[in-house]
Amino acid sequence: MSVLIFVDQTESHIKKSSFEVLTYGAKLAAQIGTTAEALVLGTVNDDLAGLGKYGVTKVHQVANETLNHVDAQLYTKVIADAVTATGATVVVMSHNITGKAIAARVSARLKAGLVTAAIALPDTSNGFTIKRAVFSGKAFANVNIATPIKLISLNPNSFHVALGEGTATVEALNVTVDPSKIKVTAVHKVSGEVPLTEADIVVSAGRGLKGPENWGMIEDLAHELHAATACSRPVADSDWRPHHEHVGQTGVQIAPNLYIAIGISGAIQHLAGVNRSKVIVVINKDPEAPFFKAADYGIVGDAFEVVPQLTAEIKKMHNS
Amino acid sequence: MKILVCISKTPDTTSKIAFKNGNTQFDEAGVQWILNPYDEWYALVKALELKEKDASTVLHLITIGTADCDPIIRKALALGGDEAIRVNTDSNDSYSIASQIAAIAKEGAYDLILTGKETIDYNGASVPGFIAEILDMPYVSLATKFELNGTIATIDREIEGGEEVNEVSLPVVVGCQKGMAEQRIPNMRGIMAARTKPLKVVEPIAVDALTSVVNFELPAAKAGVKLVAADNVAELVRLLHEEAKAI
Repeated sequence: MSVLIFVDQTESHIKKSSFEVLTYGAKLAAQIGTTAEALVLGTVNDDLAGLGKYGVTKVHQVANETLNHVDAQLYTKVIADAVTATGATVVVMSHNITGKAIAARVSARLKAGLVTAAIALPDTSNGFTIKRAVFSGKAFANVNIATPIKLISLNPNSFHVALGEGTATVEALNVTVDPSKIKVTAVHKVSGEVPLTEADIVVSAGRGLKGPENWGMIEDLAHELHAATACSRPVADSDWRPHHEHVGQTGVQIAPNLYIAIGISGAIQHLAGVNRSKVIVVINKDPEAPFFKAADYGIVGDAFEVVPQLTAEIKKMHNS
Repeated sequence: MKILVCISKTPDTTSKIAFKNGNTQFDEAGVQWILNPYDEWYALVKALELKEKDASTVLHLITIGTADCDPIIRKALALGGDEAIRVNTDSNDSYSIASQIAAIAKEGAYDLILTGKETIDYNGASVPGFIAEILDMPYVSLATKFELNGTIATIDREIEGGEEVNEVSLPVVVGCQKGMAEQRIPNMRGIMAARTKPLKVVEPIAVDALTSVVNFELPAAKAGVKLVAADNVAELVRLLHEEAKAI
């Protein structure tokens, strides 16, 4: 009976979303009166004992290099074996790209009820009920898990990372790792950019920018804010920007702390991809743009005048 | 080659989301139903492309639901596919839904099972993973490209900050998203043909749900936008820094 937190890594470094999940898992363990333990798959260069700062007492590691790549089938078997070996009754992971690949598999293997896209700690006063986002962020559902083992995948950017004191003991976990049935033949990473789904701040632009040649000012603003860049669907469909930047109902769904939408009208399909952002800023010359209704802050004005000023003002703030 | 495409009906993106019976049930009044866009635009159209390349391909569609799903199934058949299977049960527990699909998939010995990456109503993103685990098949999620060479599939999938290319032998379960294929509009011939294509209604197997929805909530309304004058950008920066603490 413990909470086991799956810590996701990429290129031998722990992903940002994992720190959020560690905090969540530790709080959950305190709530139900048990200990929180972490599970790390593959080899990592980060300080695993240091994960104690997030509230875990123990870190189990399966330091097998095959696991440096996410194969849903292998990961599932290893995580399920780890759950059995540690006697965990609650398993927590991020609803990130890895979580989406493995959560359901682990759930089916362990017959552990799964709530994906969770946004809050469970209500354990009467059962084990977790709030999750549904209808593309337009509503929430409270879902009860009745099975002995429970599995939660947490929506990224829905829980504040809390750092405390402490060191965790790191233990090697002996689990058989099968050979992968999937061969990775190539990896294309967009270097030097902040990955969209991991970004704290996202600067996004739409058709209001008139053409791909005008994206320089968007990139300047994103650079100044250490933000990822994104775009609306018409922009990606016109090949002004790569498809992986398209946020919206049929593109990438994101929930950053700050979303700055420039020259995007805010069609409901676009909002479905960004409405879980904490703070939304809209810059549009059309005061009737529907996006203003979903925004926290707005400027009615010409992007070509406002955006360079915004970059300059932020630079000024960073330098002061 | 046998392909199974999993389809689901979802409320249109522009539908008003409301609940009834003490917020325990989705209020379907006035809701326009569509094929889940990820299932339609990406999974189904990719399967059609594969069938166009190899006419011997058998393409079946499956949905889990009651008779009110039939119009959506006919719409999917108008795009293409040989026949559809509807498992006659209603559930919002993804594990139960996936178990029904897996039972049919096992019986039909499909080489390729395609689904959308998630539905736009429950956004669980879990049905393809459940199916793959129940059938002990490899699973490639968030797939953006799919090519088949004999029995080897080459699949691009999204990873953080990029994509990777996976090579895997059939059978495989693939969750499809943008990039896989382009949206198609059914033509009149397809619509006519869909009327006479077989739609098999199958009774469900017994499955215990792993989760249950207690109730739904709507998010609190936004406080309203705070507008800043276009000639006072410094004020926006101040608000974002001091008030919103976002930068």
